[in-house]
Amino acid sequence: MSDVKLKVSNLQKIFPAANKNGKELTALKDINLEVKESEFVVMVGPSGCGKSTLINIIGGLEEATEGEVLIEGKPVTAPGADRGMVFQGYSLFPWLTVQKNVEFGLKMKKVAKPERERIAKEYIQLVGLSGFENALPKQLSGGMKQRVAIARTLANSPEILLMDEPFGALDAQTRMVMQELLAKISRETKNTILFITHDIDEAILLADRIYVMSRRPGTIREILEVQMSGERSHEMLVTPEFLQMKRKIMDMLWQESQDAALDQ
Amino acid sequence: MKKKSGKLSYGCLSFISFCVIIAAWCVATYGGFVNEIFMPSPTDVWNSLVEMAKDGSLLEHCYISTKRVMVGWVWSAVAALPIGMLMARSKKFSAIVQPVIEFVRYLPVVALVPLTLLYLGIEENQKYVIIFLGTFFQLVLMVCDTVSSIDKNMINAARTLGAGKLQVYTQVIFPAALPGLMDDFRLTIGWAWTYLVVAEMVAASSGLGYIILKSQRFLATDVIFAGLIMIGVIGLVTDFLLRLLTKIIVPWHERLGD
Repeated sequence: MSDVKLKVSNLQKIFPAANKNGKELTALKDINLEVKESEFVVMVGPSGCGKSTLINIIGGLEEATEGEVLIEGKPVTAPGADRGMVFQGYSLFPWLTVQKNVEFGLKMKKVAKPERERIAKEYIQLVGLSGFENALPKQLSGGMKQRVAIARTLANSPEILLMDEPFGALDAQTRMVMQELLAKISRETKNTILFITHDIDEAILLADRIYVMSRRPGTIREILEVQMSGERSHEMLVTPEFLQMKRKIMDMLWQESQDAALDQ
Repeated sequence: MKKKSGKLSYGCLSFISFCVIIAAWCVATYGGFVNEIFMPSPTDVWNSLVEMAKDGSLLEHCYISTKRVMVGWVWSAVAALPIGMLMARSKKFSAIVQPVIEFVRYLPVVALVPLTLLYLGIEENQKYVIIFLGTFFQLVLMVCDTVSSIDKNMINAARTLGAGKLQVYTQVIFPAALPGLMDDFRLTIGWAWTYLVVAEMVAASSGLGYIILKSQRFLATDVIFAGLIMIGVIGLVTDFLLRLLTKIIVPWHERLGD
């Protein structure tokens, strides 16, 4: 059991009705999932299936209506440094340099200055931003900003990295570069990662395991193990085994989206 | 290149707009179109400024007025900052203070002058309180608004990086809101000058508002104009200094139109 980093059991999220005549909205239903140490788990689902709500609950930013979230066996009640989050909108602190942004979490933990400068430099190098330590976020491109956000979260050495469509705002080429970078980082650092996306290529490229979610109310529809031979890179996007898996997930998501459209 | 010429023309245009106003003033007065009792000529105003500068009273009045504005305004800024921040972050706190603030905000400050005189007499504190009353209740709501509109994701990021409640205020909310707060401060310091004149027109024996009121009794319109011009000049300088200060303390801020 000890190698299970994150365990979500029977999680449910119901949003109360906005007014008297409104109906309450079940966003998530019977969610069970497990992420083991050093595992890269990706959740894919149609838009509006509650993916972001789920990751926010795990991050402690929202409360579940029922069920529980355990990190290393301890229940989650509030946000904490053990669950590092990376958001689609980067959310860097614009008044801090790249270096100071990456140091932020360590500063909150009151790590001594020389130590936190050293750690920050290390992670800035890991994401390939050496030389940009003193730049301000406004001077960086979207891809570079997201590199800083990843370094900032990793520098804090969280138990698990929660990533909410982190590359969703990037252009297609930058996104590919970032995906390979993340694949490389996860191999090297052996971080435990839970990643959310609606991009099927991205999911297969990165994941050890994929949870496919259904339309609202979001449930887990299927769990797929990804066993690809060789390096995780864009070469693999056109291999038969990749395409076969893509086909399978596409069919599922297509059906869910179709049904979701009919629901409305 | 383009940016530079844009900046140059900004300064030029501002200068031209002042020139046009002064030219119109010259035509109206030297041309004899208006009675000089109602509108003195630039020469008259200049002479009265020089006269007051020579006997030292100009500097003294400017100093005392500026001091009153600054003290009253600093009081209100220091009080408004934490209260406005708390209002933006806590529904409960907002429920307690907001209705009271909204109520007081609509009371005309002029109507409170008699009470302040009754409670505080004609000492300096009464002047500070008038300026405080005039600016505080507006500023609190502006601070609250500015803080409410900062990017929530930044707060979420900080919390998941392990920031505690107090750290979120000091390390994220305050710096994130600072550019907006500087704008709020700049606006309210302008209003502080309005309330200064209110304060100095009643039971004062010094200050620019006082000399303007006193001059009315003697029909000394040249002195009234001199007083008004000084208030305008000090206002412009304050505004300039605050803009400069903003550039220095929030160099990272991206402003629309920069």
